[in-house]
Amino acid sequence: MITLTHFLALGAILFSLSIAGIFLNRKNVILLLMAIELMLLAVNMNFIAFSHYLDDLAGQVFVFFILTVAAAEAAIGLAILVVLYRNRSTINVQDLEELKG
Amino acid sequence: MLIQSAVFYFFAIILVSSAVAMITVRNPVHAALFLVLAFFTSGALWIMLEAEFLGITLVLVYVGAVMVLFLFVVMMLDINIAKMRAGFAKYLPVGLIVGAVMAAEMVIILSKSNFEHAQVKPKPPDYSNTQELGELLFTEYVYPFEIAGVILLVAIIAAITLTMRKRTVSKHQKPHQQIHADKTKRVRLVDIEK
Repeated sequence: MITLTHFLALGAILFSLSIAGIFLNRKNVILLLMAIELMLLAVNMNFIAFSHYLDDLAGQVFVFFILTVAAAEAAIGLAILVVLYRNRSTINVQDLEELKG
Repeated sequence: MLIQSAVFYFFAIILVSSAVAMITVRNPVHAALFLVLAFFTSGALWIMLEAEFLGITLVLVYVGAVMVLFLFVVMMLDINIAKMRAGFAKYLPVGLIVGAVMAAEMVIILSKSNFEHAQVKPKPPDYSNTQELGELLFTEYVYPFEIAGVILLVAIIAAITLTMRKRTVSKHQKPHQQIHADKTKRVRLVDIEK
């Protein structure tokens, strides 16, 4: 019998994997954006699992909005990435140091 | 119930292994394709959770639009993969430790909490997930829905204005100069008699 805990554990594993992905690929901005997408997917998995097992459709509405915002974020992030590459010819995070942050 | 468990574990194993492959492969194109596989498998899991509309939406919007955008950008940029991968082995221990600690913490919390009371009531045969979601979205959540539309519009305009290049070679009209033109700038009267 598959319970809510199974899906929550799956979401937790996915989220931890994407955190590890951010650590491993910290030089590559594209892979950082992809890891963020995976993280949002893990969160959405939790929302949908709760929505199913608690019989409340509000969770699915939230997933709908998260998908919208994630699509907007991906579009703007990739646009910034393209402009960055055009100006600096690199997307290596360690080469982007003008702000000395 | 046995079949349900088998299907869940099948999809869960594919999902976790594609996520592992995504964060470890060398080539960013392969990483994007593994992320596509992860999204597709999640769509299947969502359909298993009776969220059919969102499962299909995930496949259409994410696999069809967002990941294709990622693939376009990955293929457009000329990235030095070897330089990007430098330090991968150095970051591997800390990444694995942080990930493992987070996963362990969340699993401990989940094993302590009791969600077993959440039992699923079977839906009637003519139940439509899409219809229910639509009715909720256009009544109770109509203002957030409108704001979501505005956010998408902002994203469109921002992405276009960021990446649009000003072409200086092409001939185009300048309406503000045209409006402010008067006849003294256009016509010069010369006296021919002299």
